[in-house]
Amino acid sequence: MNSAVAPAQTAWALPYRGKVGMACLIAAESAIFTIFVVAYLFYLGKSLSGPMPKDVLEPPLFYSACLLSSSLTIHLAVRALSRGNYPRFLLLWLFTMVLGGLFLFGTAREWHRLIYEHGLKISTNLFGTTYYSLVGLHGFHVSAGLLMLAVALLLAVFGQIRREHTPKVDVLAMYWHFVDAIWVVVFTVVYIVGR
Amino acid sequence: MSSEAISIPVSSGSDQTWTQTLHEWVVTVDHKRLGILYIILALFFLLIGGIEAAIIRVQLMRPHNDFVSPQVFNRMFTMHGTTMIFFVAMPILFGFANYFVPLMIGARDMAFPRLNAFSFWLTAFGGAFLYFSFLGGSGLYGAGNAPDVGWWAYAPLASRAFSPGNSSDYWTVSLLVSGFGSIGTAINLFATILCMRCPGMKLSRMPLFAWLNFVMSGMVLLAITPLSAAQIMLLIDRYLGGHFFDTQAGGSATIWMHFFWIFGHPEVYILIIPCFGFLSEIVPVFSRKPIFGYPVMVGATICIGFVSVSVWAHHMFTIGMNSYANSFFALTTMAVGVPTGIKIFNWIGTMWGGKLRFATPMLFCVGFLFQFLIAGLTGVMLGTAPLDWQLGGSYFVVAHFHYVIVGGILFAIFAAFYYWYPKMTGRMLDEKLGKIHFWLFLIGFHLTFDVMHIPGILGMPRRIYTYEAGRGWEIWNLISSIGAFIQAVAILVFVLNLVISYFRGACAGSDPWDAWTLEWSISSPPPAYNFSAIPTVASRRPLWDRKHPEDPDSRYE
Repeated sequence: MNSAVAPAQTAWALPYRGKVGMACLIAAESAIFTIFVVAYLFYLGKSLSGPMPKDVLEPPLFYSACLLSSSLTIHLAVRALSRGNYPRFLLLWLFTMVLGGLFLFGTAREWHRLIYEHGLKISTNLFGTTYYSLVGLHGFHVSAGLLMLAVALLLAVFGQIRREHTPKVDVLAMYWHFVDAIWVVVFTVVYIVGR
Repeated sequence: MSSEAISIPVSSGSDQTWTQTLHEWVVTVDHKRLGILYIILALFFLLIGGIEAAIIRVQLMRPHNDFVSPQVFNRMFTMHGTTMIFFVAMPILFGFANYFVPLMIGARDMAFPRLNAFSFWLTAFGGAFLYFSFLGGSGLYGAGNAPDVGWWAYAPLASRAFSPGNSSDYWTVSLLVSGFGSIGTAINLFATILCMRCPGMKLSRMPLFAWLNFVMSGMVLLAITPLSAAQIMLLIDRYLGGHFFDTQAGGSATIWMHFFWIFGHPEVYILIIPCFGFLSEIVPVFSRKPIFGYPVMVGATICIGFVSVSVWAHHMFTIGMNSYANSFFALTTMAVGVPTGIKIFNWIGTMWGGKLRFATPMLFCVGFLFQFLIAGLTGVMLGTAPLDWQLGGSYFVVAHFHYVIVGGILFAIFAAFYYWYPKMTGRMLDEKLGKIHFWLFLIGFHLTFDVMHIPGILGMPRRIYTYEAGRGWEIWNLISSIGAFIQAVAILVFVLNLVISYFRGACAGSDPWDAWTLEWSISSPPPAYNFSAIPTVASRRPLWDRKHPEDPDSRYE
């Protein structure tokens, strides 16, 4: 089945489908977050009753630092994998998960404080509705990411992740970077602009 | 992707029991089977949505009719709209894209076959959810079944207070679930087109159908997701006591409109762009000329993709935006007409001086050209803010968008059926039945929707379940309803044709239309994994090159 005019057999290289697929997912997720961010900004100061953001919100600086530095550790983990350094990969991967888990713990503590000390629930006022939705949506993505990282960890512990799987692991890392990048936006909107 | 030759597995033999066959179809990850499943799902819902439309038309046939109650009427137009957009138009277009994009770019399957199956089943279960509302919609409240809030479910109508029971929840969950299915398919198409092309299939050589589906998938990623986000917010409002769209607590009903139409208007282009793809494949083959202005077509499509996400508020002129917003959205609406108009010139330029063959696919394409043009012109009328204040929310709008969706999208889909059915089944669709289908449908369409503009201009609002006599609306409504029944007969002819031709149609052979794209280079229906050896292409018309080695296209590219 050769065509009449065979082209020069130069290398025919196309992008890796996993990476393109993940980029598409990230684009779609970004659109979802955009709508939630727009809703948050639109409803700033429109609550009819308290509590208001400036009264109750404190920027979770330590936990944010945890999440953002986990981007670095996962990057180093993938690099270790690409060099075949499995113990280092496992350690850094685990460290990434601990940092992500710490972030979720921070969110849980903040929510606990808001609910029990300030009486702010999702149904309290517009601020509650938009705040829990936006931060919760992000938290949901962190949880989903952690779940996938855990699956990868399990596979790695049983020696199922080898050097040649680096591109696939890298796709997962892409998702994790995205979750971190979105936190920068959410943090800015909720804790800087929103107060 | 390896490009070595593979041995094609033997396809399912005839000694299978029907349960084995069914099992094969349910667990399949083959893009061709999933494509056919999408199309069958869509045809099934087309019949249901059509029955709902027929009920609406019977009710409006004469003033003070009591064929259905007002409550049932509300459910009918809500279900008709939701069904036709989300469970007919989207799946049928995804079905064709699934089936033909990999074939056209010389791939053995989509980039993510399992994601493909997952997306299909999400869509199918989304449809099941929607229709389950007829049984489960009343919930514990004894409220009405089936959603009745209109297909755009404006706030606060969709809130707990005004939509008790579970009917609106079924609507929300259904669109959320099928929306995730659409996103999955879009990711898959995007990755397939970027990463799975056969050697030599540069982006600049890709068939326009693949190009247009590429743009469409990009739009799905950015435009369906706002709807998903808005549905999540609506669920939060309805179940967790949130206040996003609750005006009593400072929420805004307008922002729901914005979120809905940020999805809603690009959605129209998501539906029409693959149809442009159908035309761009069919018109050249039946004009015996390559497409006129290939790069311009690609550019115009990308241009539409960008501009169409900034026109949404022309659906909202009547809510009273400020004059800057009105002017902006009126101008962008006019602007999006330009690249769309360019395409019309592309197809006319292709036909110009060509050796035209008026087989059924071409007839539907020509019908599309005229009707889509008229739909665009009434669109320009409605895009003019002051005129929209007069016509918004009237039957003129209903006539306009049915002109786009039926006169444009559905005609193109019929063209695609007649063109590719031979490839999918190995049998030709009957030409005589096809022509009867075309002419009946054309007459029915124009009776219904040409005439429907008039009661709109006379002030008949959409979504009313009945009307007073003596307003001058009676005759127009009667003619519209008669047209609807002619369309229904035409659809029956079409379904009959699909069934009869499947068993008795003339054998198609691999290339019945003497076409130029790769799907026609393999047997009909194509074998599993499509290509025993991955082809190599050197021009936009690889099959022309193969048939005319003395004068290949590649010489001129």
